[in-house]
Amino acid sequence: MTVQAVAAQVRIPGLPRLRWLWTAAGVVALLAAALLGVLVGPAHISPAAVLQALTGSSIDPGQATILWQLRLPRVVLGALVGGMLATAGAAYQGVFRNPLADPYLLGAAAGANLGATLAIAYGPGASGIGVNIVPIAAFAGAASAVGAAYVLGRTVTGLRSTTALILAGVAVATFFNAVQTFVQQSQTDTIRQVYTWILGRLVTAGWDGVFLVLPYIAISLVVIVLHRRLLDVLSVGDDEATSLGISARRIRLVVVIAATLGTAAAVAIAGTIAFVGIIVPHTVRLLTGRSYRVVIPLSIFFGGAFLVLADTAARTVVAPAELSIGVLTAFIGAPFFIAVMRSTRAAEL
Amino acid sequence: MQKHLSAAGARPAARIITLALAMLIAACQSSSTGQSSSPPSTRYPLTIQESNGSTVTIAQRPVRIVSLSPSATEMLFAINAGPQVIAVDEQSNYPSTAPVTKLSGFTPNVEAIAAYRPDLVVAADDTGGLVHALSVLGIPTLIEPAARNLDDSYAQVEQLGEATSRQSEAQGLVKQMRSQITAAVATITKPSRRLKVYHELDDTYYSATSKTFIGQVYALLGLANIADVATGAASDYPQLSSEYIVSSSPDLIVLADTKCCHQSASTVAARPGWGSIAAVRSGQVIGVDDDVASRWGPRVVDFLVAVATHVRQLEAINA
Repeated sequence: MTVQAVAAQVRIPGLPRLRWLWTAAGVVALLAAALLGVLVGPAHISPAAVLQALTGSSIDPGQATILWQLRLPRVVLGALVGGMLATAGAAYQGVFRNPLADPYLLGAAAGANLGATLAIAYGPGASGIGVNIVPIAAFAGAASAVGAAYVLGRTVTGLRSTTALILAGVAVATFFNAVQTFVQQSQTDTIRQVYTWILGRLVTAGWDGVFLVLPYIAISLVVIVLHRRLLDVLSVGDDEATSLGISARRIRLVVVIAATLGTAAAVAIAGTIAFVGIIVPHTVRLLTGRSYRVVIPLSIFFGGAFLVLADTAARTVVAPAELSIGVLTAFIGAPFFIAVMRSTRAAEL
Repeated sequence: MQKHLSAAGARPAARIITLALAMLIAACQSSSTGQSSSPPSTRYPLTIQESNGSTVTIAQRPVRIVSLSPSATEMLFAINAGPQVIAVDEQSNYPSTAPVTKLSGFTPNVEAIAAYRPDLVVAADDTGGLVHALSVLGIPTLIEPAARNLDDSYAQVEQLGEATSRQSEAQGLVKQMRSQITAAVATITKPSRRLKVYHELDDTYYSATSKTFIGQVYALLGLANIADVATGAASDYPQLSSEYIVSSSPDLIVLADTKCCHQSASTVAARPGWGSIAAVRSGQVIGVDDDVASRWGPRVVDFLVAVATHVRQLEAINA
C-alpha cells in the first residue's frame, strides 16, 4: 500500500479527477442498457410482465423461465464480459503506453482460440465427462500464451522492455494462430463450431456461466482499479516512476497478470469478442480526459453497457436467428476506431 | 481414439459448409438429364448438361470414379456403381465398403485426386476452381450440389445412373425411395393442430428451414418448422436463439448432433429453460444419426421413417 500512497500523492499536472457526474452517467448507462436487454428479445414478453417479474410478482411460468434462465443471465454476463474487456484494454494501454493495446495484445485471443479449437476438435463432448471443457481449455490457452509472451519478452535485451513484450506477444500470437489454423483445417468437421466460437457468443449455460467467470473478473477488476493511480505514474515514464520509488516492472507484471486473468475468464465463456477493449476506453478518454483514475472505473460501466447493447442487437436484429456478437462489436468498432484515430492528433491520447 | 472418434463421427460443420456453399450452385441446378425414360445402357461419349450452363462430357463408361461427396458416394453404391468407384473422400463413411481415402472434399487437392487417374470425379461443389483444374488434366467433373428437396435427390440419383450406365438400378432406387416415403407419409393422419418441430444441427442451435431437403422431410410429415420464421438470417441454415426455441415450445426436437456434439435428450433437458419445452416434457426429443439426417442420398428415407414414427406417437398423445 505504500506504493499506492506514494502514487496518490504524485500530482501530474493536467490530469482530471473522476467526477461524480461521470460515475453517475456510467451507472445509469449500464442500468439502462441492462433494462433494455431484459425488455427486448426474440420471445415476446410484454414490458409490463418483465417489470412485474423484476419487482417480485409472479408471471406466466413459461415467460418467467425465459426471463430468469435465459435473458437475465445473458445480460449479466454481457455486463461482466464487456466491463472486463474494456477495463483490461485500458490497463494494457496504460501498462504499454500504447493506444493500440487491447486485451489480446500479448496473445490472449490466439491462445484462447487454440485452446478452444483443440477442445472442440479432439475433446470429448460435455456429456462424455460431465463438464464442458471448452472454456477450461480456452482459459488455459489464453493464460499460457500471455505467460509465454511475458517470459520471452523478458529474455530480450537491447529493446525497451515494453517494446520487447509487445513483439514477443505478436510472435506468440502468430505462432498460436498458425497451430490453430492447422488444427482447424485438418478437422473440417468442426470448422463451424470453431468459427462460431471465435466470433464470440454470450449464449451460456444460464447462471452457471456467470458464476464460473465472476470470481476471476471480480479479482481482476479490483486489482486493476487499485492500480489506476500507478498507471498514471507509469504514463510519464519508467525512469520517473523509479525516481519515486515505484518499480515500473513490478506494477506492469501485477497489472498484466490481473488483466490477463480477467480477459482469459471472459474469452473462455464468451469467445474472443473484438474491439471492446479498444473502443470503450478510448471513448471514455475522449469524453473525460486521459487519467487512468477516470478511465479505468468508467470503462467498467461503459464497457458493460456497450456489450449488453451489442448483444441485445445480436439477438434481435435477425430474430429469431442470432448474429455473432463479434460481428457487431467489430462492425461498430472499426469505423469508430478510425474516427478515434483521426481525432487523436488533436486530443493527443 | 479421440481423434478417430472426432474424425469419423463429428461432421456437422463440414456438412453445413457443403450444404451452404452448394446452395449457391443448387439454386440453378435443374434436373435436365436422366429423367426421361432413357435406354437401359448409356451411349458414350455422353454429354451431361449441368444447370449452371456448363456441360460435362464423359468419353466412356467410367470405371475409375473418385467421389468427393458423401451423399454422392452413398448414391453410387446404392445403384451398384460401387465397383466403378476407386476412391472416396475422408467424409464418405457409408457404405463401409467404400474405398475411403484422405482426399478432402472441402479443400480438394487436385494433384492428389489426379494421382488416382480418375475418369470421372463427382463432387458437391466446385471448390477452389476444382472443375477447371481437373478439366485441364482431361478429367471430367460432375457437380451434384446439396439438394433443396427430394426431387433434387432423385434427379441426382438418375443423373449418376446415366453417367455410370446404371440407369435401371437408378430408376429402381428412385422408385423404391418414392414408394417408401409415400408409405411412411400415409401412416400420418392429419393432426388436429399442426405440430411444431425443431431440427438441431449442432449445440449452438443451427437449424434448417423448409427450403432445405431436411425441411422438406418435415413438411411432408405435416410438421411446422420453427426455423422458418428466421427469414432475417438470409440463410436456409439459420442459427436460432435459445430464447426463441424455448418460447416456440416445439412438440418434437430432432437432434442431428448426436455424434458431433454428443447431444441427447438428457443434455437437452439440462439446458437452462429448456425443461419447459413441450417436446422435453413429453419425451419427444429424438436423436438421429448426424450423417443420415444431413445427406441427401438414399438414406434420407431412413431419416423420414424415423421421424414419422415419432410423429405417430405424438398424434397418439394428442388424440
